[in-house]
Amino acid sequence: MKARVVGDLSILPPAGFRSYGLWFWAGLGFMSIETAGFALAIGAYLYLMSSAPQWPLDSPSPDLLWGTLQTVLLLASLWPALAFSRAGRRCDLAATRRWGVIVAALNALALVIRGFEFPHLNTRWDFDVYGSIVWALMLLHTAHLITDFIDTAMLVVFLFTHSVDVERFSDVDDDCIYWAFVVLSWLPIYLLIYWAPRLAS
Amino acid sequence: MSLDAGAPPIALDPERHAALARVWATPRGLWGFLTTVDAKEIGKRYIVTGLVFFVLGGLLAAAMRTQLARPESGLIDPDRYNQIFSMHGTTMMFLFAVPIMEAMAVYLTPLMVGARTMAFPRLNAFSYWIYLAGGVMLYAAFVLNIAPEAGWTAYAPLSGPQFSAGKRSDIWAQLITFTEVAGLAAAVSIAATILKMRAPGMTLARVPLFAWSMLITSFMVIVAMPAVMLASSFLISDRLIGTHFYNAAEGGSPLLYQHLFWFFGHPEVYIIFLPGLGMVSEITATFCRRSVFGYPVMVLALLTTGFLAFGLWVHHMFATGLPRLGDSFYTAASMTIALPAGVQIFCWIATMWDGRPRFGTPMLYVVGFIVTFVLGGLSGVMLASVPLDTQVHDTYFVVAHFHYVLIGGAVFPLLGAIHYWFPKITGRLPSELAGRWAFALIFSGFNLAFFPMHLVGLWGMPRRVYTYSAEMGWGGMNLLSTAGAYVLAAGVAVYLLNLIVAARRGPAAGPNPWGGGGLEWATSSPPPVYNFGMTPVVEGREPLWLGEELPVLDGLDERTREVLLTSVSQAKPTSREGSPDPSIWPFVTTLATSVLFVGSIFDEWWVVWGSLPVTACVIAWFWPKPSHSRQVKRRDSGIPGAIA
Amino acid sequence: MIRPALRMASLSVAALALCGCRGVQTMLDPAGDQARQIDVIWRLMLWVCGAMYLLVLVFLAWALWRARRPPLAAPATGPTPAEPGLERGLAGWAGLIVAGLIVLVTASFLIDRSLAELRPHPLRLKVTAHQWWWQVEYEGARPDQLLTTANQVVLPVGRSAVVELRADDVIHSFWIPNLAGKVDLIPGRTNYVALTPRRTGVFRGQCAEFCGLQHAKMAFDVQVVDPAAFDAWRGRQLAAAAPPVEAQAALGKQTFESKGCVMCHRIQGSEASATVGPDLTHLMSRRHIAAGARPNTRGDLAAWIADPQGTKPGTPMPRVALSSEELNAVVAYLETLK
Repeated sequence: MKARVVGDLSILPPAGFRSYGLWFWAGLGFMSIETAGFALAIGAYLYLMSSAPQWPLDSPSPDLLWGTLQTVLLLASLWPALAFSRAGRRCDLAATRRWGVIVAALNALALVIRGFEFPHLNTRWDFDVYGSIVWALMLLHTAHLITDFIDTAMLVVFLFTHSVDVERFSDVDDDCIYWAFVVLSWLPIYLLIYWAPRLAS
Repeated sequence: MSLDAGAPPIALDPERHAALARVWATPRGLWGFLTTVDAKEIGKRYIVTGLVFFVLGGLLAAAMRTQLARPESGLIDPDRYNQIFSMHGTTMMFLFAVPIMEAMAVYLTPLMVGARTMAFPRLNAFSYWIYLAGGVMLYAAFVLNIAPEAGWTAYAPLSGPQFSAGKRSDIWAQLITFTEVAGLAAAVSIAATILKMRAPGMTLARVPLFAWSMLITSFMVIVAMPAVMLASSFLISDRLIGTHFYNAAEGGSPLLYQHLFWFFGHPEVYIIFLPGLGMVSEITATFCRRSVFGYPVMVLALLTTGFLAFGLWVHHMFATGLPRLGDSFYTAASMTIALPAGVQIFCWIATMWDGRPRFGTPMLYVVGFIVTFVLGGLSGVMLASVPLDTQVHDTYFVVAHFHYVLIGGAVFPLLGAIHYWFPKITGRLPSELAGRWAFALIFSGFNLAFFPMHLVGLWGMPRRVYTYSAEMGWGGMNLLSTAGAYVLAAGVAVYLLNLIVAARRGPAAGPNPWGGGGLEWATSSPPPVYNFGMTPVVEGREPLWLGEELPVLDGLDERTREVLLTSVSQAKPTSREGSPDPSIWPFVTTLATSVLFVGSIFDEWWVVWGSLPVTACVIAWFWPKPSHSRQVKRRDSGIPGAIA
Repeated sequence: MIRPALRMASLSVAALALCGCRGVQTMLDPAGDQARQIDVIWRLMLWVCGAMYLLVLVFLAWALWRARRPPLAAPATGPTPAEPGLERGLAGWAGLIVAGLIVLVTASFLIDRSLAELRPHPLRLKVTAHQWWWQVEYEGARPDQLLTTANQVVLPVGRSAVVELRADDVIHSFWIPNLAGKVDLIPGRTNYVALTPRRTGVFRGQCAEFCGLQHAKMAFDVQVVDPAAFDAWRGRQLAAAAPPVEAQAALGKQTFESKGCVMCHRIQGSEASATVGPDLTHLMSRRHIAAGARPNTRGDLAAWIADPQGTKPGTPMPRVALSSEELNAVVAYLETLK
């Protein structure tokens, strides 16, 4: 059997945004893994709640203030994130740098608020299983907030310090998609942690 | 068997080959060993390491069988025995079965789909190192007599803080973390490769069945492994920082552990089994000189199995007193999964019936697989029935069942597959005579070892027992099992020796010794470091069987590492992308991560302090490199996905 | 070829072996309603699955037989003339599998429902599993008629019994294969198993969920007796142990009460009243000691007491330092606990 050349691949573009590039698929893969993890942790919460005589077992419900503030902040941050993503896909360096700083700052603020949420959960991880599962869900989401912050911060720094090409602009877009995931995955967790104890009674 | 000793269909002229090989080469020496991102190098290491763990797990089994050959044998004390059977299960399930299937995929997938390398080569390298680190940790614990002793399933509360002293169960839980990270990393890499890096023209309807099985397996890994991560993380936090997930006294639930564990555990066995099915399809097509009968049905069966596998886990919990109506649902689901499996068996036999089978060693393993796996699958149908399961659950009947399906359904195909692709990987042919002897010993040894276990299970012998009393009458069958185990071990030894000798002194294989039709046979044996000098265009399921000419595309950059990306369903070429150069960061990140994981066995603050070096390593890993799009020739055709 | 033939031979041996099986701990010799129902499903499965396996082997053998045809010049990539026939075969095979599975699922469901059926006025027992022994209590009409024993279950033939199952440490599993399927005992949960024995005899149960070091030696004696014999047994078990008359046994009682034994064991009618370990009031009515690890003979008793770790390494029963005179006395005392 012999090979016969029928075309030239060098006419193809050397990069692609979103599903045209590989990094999007890495992000998709990791978001799938984390969705499975969140879904199972939420399932565990519901399982424990359904077999408990009362819920919370023996603690007041978490205070609503900080958690709700967090939810509002995260939802509001989706607009700057969208602008960040569009700036990246337009390959507009100035706009990308501007929006990047804003998104990174909002991410940092979310972490600060998260720091206030923990003491206002009104339970400890070692108090009873209610405390354990509440802290588990919060820690899982916090881990994502932290990793996304490091990711975004690094990216924004590189936007200023290194030469920026299509690949970097594409990273910006992928980063925004991941941020949207972090925000959306918070919603069911917020509802569960802050509202399920109130609605369960 | 036609030995195709000529030149491979896709070959570059010597100058271009030398230049491209330099671009894709791994540096020499120890540095190269630690920094390589070559999927073939990583794949080979992964396969060899997996086989080493297979042998270690087998030696543990030999110890168990030696102890159980006689009633009240005082050979091994209960503590050591409990460690041994826990190590055996943990090794086989976490350090051998899943990793080796992923390893075969890491090596073969790019070759089968016509790509130069895997997607995310550094992630691939990291996957291997973190897997090795986990295995080393576990065996260090075993040598130090602190191996986990609560079974590979490590049920709470037995594995919890109150009943499992010391660090044993923590080591088990962290081994899970190591191997699951490795498995997830490899799965993302494999899935992306199969979805985005296929040769032009390889539509989803033309994807090789092994690649299909690996794609579905990767999705299963992604959804299932987080469950065991949660189960083991909750266990470790119960033990280390006083949480109460499994502590009934504070509202926790031992059943929560079982649900989380088996939500992973059941798909896990299909994660192990599906790649084997893909391997059987590849071998059968080649050795029967016929496309596998019923390709669409085969793909549908793989998909159905992948989905159904997630709906069965409660059948591991039929004895726990859950509501009966719920149990019945899982009976129906567990029996239903026999349908796709049964359909596939028909298709393989139909391929043999209608084709012209030649019984080379790989094909012997296919026949062995059919005979053995179907028996195991049928005992599985028995186990699916709640009332029957309540009798045979946790007895040697179950041990027989799962060894029949795992060894018959995964190990036999694997052994056939390793023999089948060995010439491609090494360029040399293994001995056919030794291969047949190995098969005969393995097949007969396996059946002699495991068939009697059905009987002793029916006769009342529970599993996980370090001894049994003589008056029970189980001694005869146990002795027979032990004899079979030794024969099986001898067979494995012959099998491995065959490969070791052939790697050095086997005759040259040529690009396509078995006359296969897949793209992996279009390049040399072993393949050049860049796999394919030019990109094949695929016009059918077995491209090499279509005619005298193989259409190819030229034009990928030859001064940098570049790969081709195509669309997900039609495989139309869409863009090119840079592929990473060798990097030390996957290895260094593994060291930092291992410190974090092992440290957190002893003190929870390691999670915090240990993540600082890990973060630093990841930042270094992703430090910007010279942009690929700047370095290569480009037209002004715009970037797909950009907005104006 | 050879392999299917080997398979056939092994199956025949297995079939022979299966038939000739009487035993005290086997599901193949059902002695109660529940085990009998399960036996029905077992036999149905064996036939249906056996038939399917045979069909697969026959098809495989046929394919191997056809391998003797001459080879083709080029491999077959497109549809072959045999495909329509094979497609019909596939559809038929799939239909057969579906039919078979429907039969098995239905049978399984029906039998499963019938397992929960009880005869009226069931006997009520409570079993609590510990590492590595069984605490067994029989409810009575009045609270002071609570019968406590260990590592043995006695049941009247023809009457249903409901066993309440609890564990106070790790997960165990209560299994008497001749009578019924197993049910786990899970900390924090109460499970139940129904037993309706139909044949008198001696049987054996064993823990069937890995529960630690001595999981292998956590069995219990099961006896199914006539209703009259059961009532008599119950009456004897409720009675306290009479103080020993003979000198050596009296010395043994004294030793028992002054050494570590009283920290864990209870003997009604003596000063020993701890419930950490098995109740020994009627120890001699049991066929085995140490949860089935040893037969209940003088020599075994002595060996067990002198060195519990020798029999069951890891058992929580400590080695109490006794001189050989004390040991013999204690054994003599225990032998009075009929």
